Amino acid sequence: MERRNGVRIDIGDLTHRYSAKAPITFEQVNITAEPGESLVIIGRSGCGKSTLLHILAGLLEKTSGRVQLDGKDVTEPSSHWIMMFQAPHLFPWMTVEQNVGTGLRFARWPEAKMKKRVAEVINLVHLDEFAQNNTQDLSGGQQQRVALARSLVMEPDLLLLDEPFSALDAFTRATLQKDVRAISKQLGFNLVMVTHDIDEAVIMADRALVMAGSPGRIVHDFKVDLEDPRERQDPEVQAMRAKLMEIFHQAAGVPVDSSNEEGDDTSQQDVELVGN
Amino acid sequence: MSNGKADVVDVDAGTSASSLKTAQSAKKAKSLGKSLFNWAAGLAILFVLWWFGGYLIEINPDTTNFSDFGPIPTFKAFPELFAIGKIQAAVMTSGYRLGAGLLIAIVVGIPIGILLGRSTVFRELSNSPFQLIRMISPLSWEPIAVIVFATWNGAIVFLIAVAAVWPVVFATAAGLAKVDPAWFKVARNLGAKPWHMVTEIILPAIMFDILTGVRLALGVGWIVLVPAEFLGVTSGLGYSIADARETLSYDHLTAMVLTIGIMGYILDSSCAMLIKKYSWHHGR
Ligand SMILES: Nc1ncnc2c1ncn2[C@@H]1O[C@H](COP(=O)(O)OP(=O)(O)O)[C@@H](O)[C@H]1O
Ligand SMILES: [Mg+2]
Repeated sequence: MERRNGVRIDIGDLTHRYSAKAPITFEQVNITAEPGESLVIIGRSGCGKSTLLHILAGLLEKTSGRVQLDGKDVTEPSSHWIMMFQAPHLFPWMTVEQNVGTGLRFARWPEAKMKKRVAEVINLVHLDEFAQNNTQDLSGGQQQRVALARSLVMEPDLLLLDEPFSALDAFTRATLQKDVRAISKQLGFNLVMVTHDIDEAVIMADRALVMAGSPGRIVHDFKVDLEDPRERQDPEVQAMRAKLMEIFHQAAGVPVDSSNEEGDDTSQQDVELVGN
Repeated sequence: MSNGKADVVDVDAGTSASSLKTAQSAKKAKSLGKSLFNWAAGLAILFVLWWFGGYLIEINPDTTNFSDFGPIPTFKAFPELFAIGKIQAAVMTSGYRLGAGLLIAIVVGIPIGILLGRSTVFRELSNSPFQLIRMISPLSWEPIAVIVFATWNGAIVFLIAVAAVWPVVFATAAGLAKVDPAWFKVARNLGAKPWHMVTEIILPAIMFDILTGVRLALGVGWIVLVPAEFLGVTSGLGYSIADARETLSYDHLTAMVLTIGIMGYILDSSCAMLIKKYSWHHGR
């Protein structure tokens, strides 16, 4: 894992609607990011965050506009940019190790090389002692770590995260937030994460984008200029949180509950696949 | 084990982890012994009832000619039938027919089941034809099968396949309905080729359901096999029964019937073991 990963993201004038009759989901979305940058998109349920991520992952066809990674159009899924969801969606008939190795098996890696790589990644997400376990015996947080390892094993340039921690308890969530950010910085890949949790945005983001309205737009692009590691109780983090809260309040036009309870659990399932 | 002794075990278990383990495995062994006992007792009850039925037949002057149906003549018939190789030959022939019919049912049934589970159009299109054909008793195809197939053997294999294909089709489709659609999304993202979806996702995900279907198919096929062999052929378990009836050798007849039961039981148990092995569902 010596290679520095990461891509330049360029989204321009992106518009999406699910069908000619459906309302426009979002329009005139413009986002750029440098290699290795972490973007967190915050917005209320239904403003099109999951749809945007699916398009960026190549899992959904855009209606119009530009979506480029390192100058190349995104038209189909690729193991260079991997998406993770609220649920881990592990393959329950496989062990942890087999789950993590899935993408390498698809790519026909030789057995020995694959074993070594899988072990490295399992170590990276702190699951060494569970490598041989059945995934159904793991806790929610551990399962999400397996999903993370399954993504990281591909050495992605970009990790797309659709509210990946919202089903976890607060303590597990906080640990995973810090770990994922640390790993992304260590390996140099980009994060694009969707959340409706302001705390999460402050902990995870280099830049926080506020998405609002119907049809949705990016209404704010906010630099989260904080040292790592970020602790929730640090005064700087608290101050940043208050600032972001106010911006969100103005932009979205509603008081925000940052406690993360009001998430929609199903919207990510609604997004249809390209060509399936 | 006396009450006092059991108490000692309990106290020990409370004090050390290793003796707790011992107590647990002792408990496990005890429950295994219990179920083994019940298994044997169930069979024993069946044999006692059989023996009693045979006894009633024997003491009634009207039916005493049929006393060979009882267990003792039957068990005497087994070594005879074995010695002349009759049981082996019948089991082999019938086993071949069943195996061939089942294989066809599986090879045809799984793809149809996958199509049924994955394609709404196919599901809606095929629903009424399938339900209609399914409700035709497999044996009623016999006259047609005999005309279509050159040999009786082929006809019997066809009948078994026709009977056995439906459980495989519907179990496969039902399994697919429980497949998490996100698995396909995840797999695609990880670089899965189209065939990977079948070999790496669909088949392992629904292996449990397929095997459950195969188990049902085996049961149906086994049931169809015997009457199908009553006609035309001169080999197999069904033929042997019909033949024993003609020659009034009721002990042979019952021995063959018992063989059918035992073989079916063994096949079904093997299937059940496979299902257990391939089940990733919790609590099953
Ligand atoms: N497959 C789909 N077909 C039609 N409409 C959809 C589909 N998926 C989502 N939508 C709609 O698009 C809008 C944005 O959804 P989504 O991207 O899931 O929002 P978010 O993730 O911000 O909650 C919602 O109004 C939702 O109902
Ligand atoms: Mg969503």
